[in-house]
Amino acid sequence: MLNQFKNKPFRSALLLALPLAISACSDDVREVEVPVEVIVEVPAPEPVPVDVSYEITVTNLTKGQPVSPIAAVLHTDDDSIFTVGEVASVELEQLAESGMSEGMLSLGMTSASGTGPILPGENETVTITIQDVTDANLSITAMLGNTNDAFTGLNALDLSTLEVGDTWSGVGRAYDAGTEVNSESAETVPGPAAGGEGYNPNRTDTGYVAMHPGVVSSDDGLSTSVLTVDHKFDNPTVSIVVTRTE
Amino acid sequence: MKTLQKFCAATALAVTALPTMAADVTVEIQNITQGLYFTPIAAVAHTPDTSLFEVGEMASAEIQEMAEGGSLAGITTVATAIGADMLAEPTAGPLAPTEKVAGTFMTTDGNSVLSVVAMILPSNDGFIGLDNWEIPTEVGTYTIYLNAYDAGTEANDELVGSGEPGMPGMPAPPFLTLGTGGSGVASTEANATVHIHPGNIGDDSLTDGASDVTNSIHRWLNPVAKVTVTVN
Repeated sequence: MLNQFKNKPFRSALLLALPLAISACSDDVREVEVPVEVIVEVPAPEPVPVDVSYEITVTNLTKGQPVSPIAAVLHTDDDSIFTVGEVASVELEQLAESGMSEGMLSLGMTSASGTGPILPGENETVTITIQDVTDANLSITAMLGNTNDAFTGLNALDLSTLEVGDTWSGVGRAYDAGTEVNSESAETVPGPAAGGEGYNPNRTDTGYVAMHPGVVSSDDGLSTSVLTVDHKFDNPTVSIVVTRTE
Repeated sequence: MKTLQKFCAATALAVTALPTMAADVTVEIQNITQGLYFTPIAAVAHTPDTSLFEVGEMASAEIQEMAEGGSLAGITTVATAIGADMLAEPTAGPLAPTEKVAGTFMTTDGNSVLSVVAMILPSNDGFIGLDNWEIPTEVGTYTIYLNAYDAGTEANDELVGSGEPGMPGMPAPPFLTLGTGGSGVASTEANATVHIHPGNIGDDSLTDGASDVTNSIHRWLNPVAKVTVTVN
């Protein structure tokens, strides 16, 4: 590689003459010159960071589920944002129960947030930029607002094969965080259909992330449900288009 | 994780010149639902001119037996008869929500497609299905998501009943919490061929209502299973 040496600091040995004050006794002060070898590290010129950017467009495909502001995260293979069959992180629990995305946005190497909820039929495009990393994984999470703890998104899309100008298109399915039982009650659904409680640290459901079974609704036989046929959904719940722009 | 037991259908494996080479294949199946169980799973590698089931066609007696009661006896017999390679553990316990099971087999020359079946609990005749998926020849890991199918052999009354083929009702193993006293959701099956399962309806009563399954637990949306195939 041509520029491999640029990353190595140059070492220079400089002989410096430093005046040293050596105190032998109280009234006998002499100045002597002592040569001292000092290693001075001259930093190599920093390579100019290269921006790697992705445009992410998320479209809400549901009939009546607002999608909370999306949390898009770039992360490594070692970071799992969520895994079906495993316990949801507190960050995911907060997002899935209330739509609060601050925790999810703190994960991974870098993140980007949507500016607001994406209503049914609408879409939003966010840009996420990282420097010098072209093999990140992209994960996206967002709450389906008129549920107890449903979220949609994308799990660890490998971006390593996406060249500048390339586009990946796919869909997001509905997951259940497993942290709040699906009572669909007015007290527990935070979305506009109910205005109930959002995040509650008590965990009352299965305890693991799984595919969401869908909402039942009062129209379809769940007497405790504040939801109606307007809030039912099926997979997929969002479409996702990712384009690498630089 | 359990290891699927390997069944070798050696008797039917005459040495014939077939275009597809043997392959070392690992199959992992995960139940990705929140509240359903799967009966022991059969993963079968076979020739493309055979199939365990076809959407839009009547289910075989062996598929009916698997879909209504979870038995793999008939599927095992069929797999042997068609010279298939089969990964299964018929005596294993159920695959609980989000659990995985995996096994590795060496497929025989010509057995170039993979099919997977297992009954969904609770259901009358629901099953997870993969039908003649072509096993890639290139080494790598491949992911397939499975839908829930209805065998079309039994009315979806959603009542605790029998797991015997041809008998109404659902098997009710002890690990399922089911209701009683339901009046029955459906009394006939309008589509007698294999089709995408319409899903459980359920209700919110364990003592009456139409169904003995619980609507906030035993429904599902597709997909219901994730199959990860690794060609070694």
